Amino acid sequence: MKEIPALVRVFAYLSLLTVGGGMAAFPEMKILTVEVHHWLTFPQLVHLYSVGQMAPGPNMMMIVSIGEWAAGVLGAIVVVIAFFGPTSLLTLIVGRLWNRLANWRWRPSIQKGLAPVSIGLLLAGCFTFARGAVTGFETACIAVSVLLILLQYKINPALLVLGAALLGALSFQSH
Amino acid sequence: MRHKAMSKLDASVAIQQPAVAAAVSAPATVLQIFLEFLLIGATSFGGGVVAYLRSGLVAKRAWLDDKSFVELLSISQSLPGLNSTNMAILVGDRLRGLPGALAGIVGMCLPGGLLMFVVGMVYQQHGDHALATAALKGVAAAAVGLILATAVQLAKKSLEHRADAVFVVATVLGVNRLHQSVLRVLVVVGLLAILWYRPRTVQKEKGAP
Repeated sequence: MKEIPALVRVFAYLSLLTVGGGMAAFPEMKILTVEVHHWLTFPQLVHLYSVGQMAPGPNMMMIVSIGEWAAGVLGAIVVVIAFFGPTSLLTLIVGRLWNRLANWRWRPSIQKGLAPVSIGLLLAGCFTFARGAVTGFETACIAVSVLLILLQYKINPALLVLGAALLGALSFQSH
Repeated sequence: MRHKAMSKLDASVAIQQPAVAAAVSAPATVLQIFLEFLLIGATSFGGGVVAYLRSGLVAKRAWLDDKSFVELLSISQSLPGLNSTNMAILVGDRLRGLPGALAGIVGMCLPGGLLMFVVGMVYQQHGDHALATAALKGVAAAAVGLILATAVQLAKKSLEHRADAVFVVATVLGVNRLHQSVLRVLVVVGLLAILWYRPRTVQKEKGAP
């Protein structure tokens, strides 16, 4: 129960960082949930995030697991509202003003300017994530293979992730 | 003069009317919005939620035409928040106002949220089993490849100028090397990039006779 205010603060803040996608908030999520509040360990965060990529719907629903660990069912609900509330409200307002904003001189500037920054944040999040996920030669091979396959072929990424789970279960257990 | 202006206005309204009518061509109830987003939220495996949204909202339900779908998607992408939930808000609001928006986002989040609730419980109890740890090691490595592929595809689509590469690198270095907070990097590099692409029309007007 005592974690609820911290959960609200952390996930409402992370919400506003998700420019271009959830991964943008990952470096900050690691600092706040692992290092500051100790709700889970870094390997656990990496595991939950990866499993969350296989779940249907918004790819950040793994925040539910963090809320649940920190403060039970209430924690899970609070985290979802804190994480999706602020951006949803902003989207609702901007969506309604859009016809007026459509001709705003700075609108194309903002869209063009934020495009490279959001890709940079995606990469930065990915590199932070990779520090926990790519731990040796074998994991590097899996990551590179998935990258190359996805760039070359149209295939459902969930299948590749599932394949990697099987491969991992078969080969990493003895290590 | 006044009459002329009026008729001009009428004509422009008449031209706009079909487009507006086509934007919301099929009626939707709040319950239908909830159920459609629940279905998309439950079946969109593999991350490409946008494709699922298009086939559900445009092709199947005909709630939006392709043009308004792309317009709403561009709003979603230029705001913080996930594309999937921002789209649920925008589409729900356009169809049925605030209740529609709430129905959309709750439907969108419910299946994945319930699933991750169960996954979280199971992982907490059994996550340290050797088999689970080994499988998760593979999954996490695959996720890195998946995220990098997304970054490459996005870069191909939306990066046009050489300056964009500078902004990408500055953002990565700011977060990963200088260990600045994501918020600070977002504000500093974001503002610089927006100023770089500032509106140029003022200069043109100056130059005009």
